[in-house]
Amino acid sequence: MTPRTIVDKIWDAHVVCREPGAPALLYIDLHLIHEVTSPQAFDGLRRRKLKVRRPDLTCATVDHSIPTTEPVMPIADPVAARQVAQLESNCAEFGIPCYGPGNARQGIVHVIGPELGMTQPGMTVVCGDSHTATHGAFGALAFGIGTTEVEMVLATQCLLQRRPGTFRVHVEGRLQRGVTAKDLILALIAKIGAAGGTGFVFEYCGPAVRGLSMEERMTVCNMSIEAGARAGLVAPDDVTFEYLHGKPFSPKGREWEEALARWKKLATDEGARYDNSVALDAGDLEPMITFGTNPAMAIPIGAPVPDPAGIADPQARASLVQALGYMGLVPGKPVAGLPVDVAFIGSCTNGRIGDLRQAARILEGRKVHPGVRLLVVPGSHAVREQAQAEGLHRIFIDAGAEWRRPGCSLCIAMNGDRLQPGQYCVSTSNRNFEGRQGQGGRTLLASPLTAAAAAVAGRVVDPRTML
Amino acid sequence: MNKFERFESTVVVLAIDNIDTDQIIPARFLKTVSKEGLGERLFCDWRYDARGNPVPDFALNRPRARDARVLLAGDNFGCGSSREHAVWALIQFGFRAVISTSFADIFRQNALKNFLLPIQVAPDVHERLASALRLDPDARVIVDLEQSTLQLPDGAKVGFPIDGFARQCLLEGIDELGYVLSRESAIAAYEAKLFR
Repeated sequence: MTPRTIVDKIWDAHVVCREPGAPALLYIDLHLIHEVTSPQAFDGLRRRKLKVRRPDLTCATVDHSIPTTEPVMPIADPVAARQVAQLESNCAEFGIPCYGPGNARQGIVHVIGPELGMTQPGMTVVCGDSHTATHGAFGALAFGIGTTEVEMVLATQCLLQRRPGTFRVHVEGRLQRGVTAKDLILALIAKIGAAGGTGFVFEYCGPAVRGLSMEERMTVCNMSIEAGARAGLVAPDDVTFEYLHGKPFSPKGREWEEALARWKKLATDEGARYDNSVALDAGDLEPMITFGTNPAMAIPIGAPVPDPAGIADPQARASLVQALGYMGLVPGKPVAGLPVDVAFIGSCTNGRIGDLRQAARILEGRKVHPGVRLLVVPGSHAVREQAQAEGLHRIFIDAGAEWRRPGCSLCIAMNGDRLQPGQYCVSTSNRNFEGRQGQGGRTLLASPLTAAAAAVAGRVVDPRTML
Repeated sequence: MNKFERFESTVVVLAIDNIDTDQIIPARFLKTVSKEGLGERLFCDWRYDARGNPVPDFALNRPRARDARVLLAGDNFGCGSSREHAVWALIQFGFRAVISTSFADIFRQNALKNFLLPIQVAPDVHERLASALRLDPDARVIVDLEQSTLQLPDGAKVGFPIDGFARQCLLEGIDELGYVLSRESAIAAYEAKLFR
């Protein structure tokens, strides 16, 4: 039999039917929904008088529009309040479980799926959200879809899809002290570009990837889309199985043993062919920070900001000029030393317990700089509870940070948390697009260590100096 | 029924690389529960100043943009978020096609499902069109999906790639959800095997 990649194996197992000339009909094992990209899909179902085919394979939560300050409810913004209420009524009408405001399982959709054990190896997972790639950390084929496709999955539990290309991302070595999974993925995106992965699914492999925890793997897979790849995954191994064992939705007893046997067969076969590949050495990496307005515009924290004069292509040069103009940064100077106004620790990229522990390493016994506002926003209720059980919230509060309720918060600035025009924010989120954190706001993407260090120093600083 | 027909149009030029969906429609407008009213927010933060007045030299604010149905954009158009609101906003403004050297995957899918045609061209064709429009900003192109060609202002026709199934759906107005719903027996058979 021809050796297959993990992507081939998951794909082949989910093809419902394929007709000549048409895309394959792909079965979806888990459909996650949230308040922002689903209302128009439910309207479509009602217009056509359709039911949700598999409410048991569908799960909803609120994250984008939900306040992270107390009281969470009632929501002061009437437009957001209506959107959240509509998700709850849609779920009630169609029989979909919904972890709404106040529910102990509420949180960012890409944080709760994994922590509840809903996301499992070999699954197909979709959500009307581009960061669905996060779930690939478990060896699932997980990708973001638009609202028309949300409606399609609600109605049929299937999607029409062309088989994606496979792209092997091999990472040798191991991360040095103070260098994190976030730095690894930023380095990859900078290396291959914002469209380097378009049309492909990344498979992250190699010793450095094997050495990552599940949470770190989620950070890496999460940002696959920032290099254009709709999905990115890691073959499951003992780290995966240990993480999943005993989670609320994980298989139990004999079913666990059967699942384990299935999951162990998912890894890519020796000699399988990929359509593309790239290699990195984790040992060469340093803490990364972005200087521009897409995540590929990232450099090692001590490196100078690139000079547009060195770029031959006029359109690419103009794009860099526009980015530096927006960011107010000078070519040739490093980002390190830049005064910052806000630091944000949270999001589906870096809002898990491991991320908060990292931030606490820096913040313990230190104070947030008087000129800086630090928001620490846990990715879910469960993360918040865990952090409080470990006393991390005390470290954050004593340092002068704002300890928040779970949600997307300042990553997307839909819920009232936002930057003022011109403010600089070192952020553990995933996008530094113009205005992403608020109109005119300027985002510098980095790891939780780097964000916490900037909050203390009041300027961008290499976090290794504080470890 | 919606069908994609051949048309001729002027072109709005926004030749910036990596235009993300946050620029096309900023997230603060995604709290809506409908598809309406997004066209006036299209490219909001580039199109209007802090007081909400139109920025006069922004391409979409020029009088000729009013009737244009084609947008010429830079590489990797539509990257970032999966928000279909970006496509709805482009459609509501009046666009029927976007020309670029490449598109983000999710944007491309969303566009095709809303009868907005992503036309991918080689960099030299992109530059040829851009320079023709620099000389004559009112120059017109003809989009012909039946032939899968784009006719440039100089009369030359260039082909563009398009998924055969997507092309058929656009030309014949095929409803994809209806198509999949009619495969009910195959889906039921798959589920019977999976959940036996």
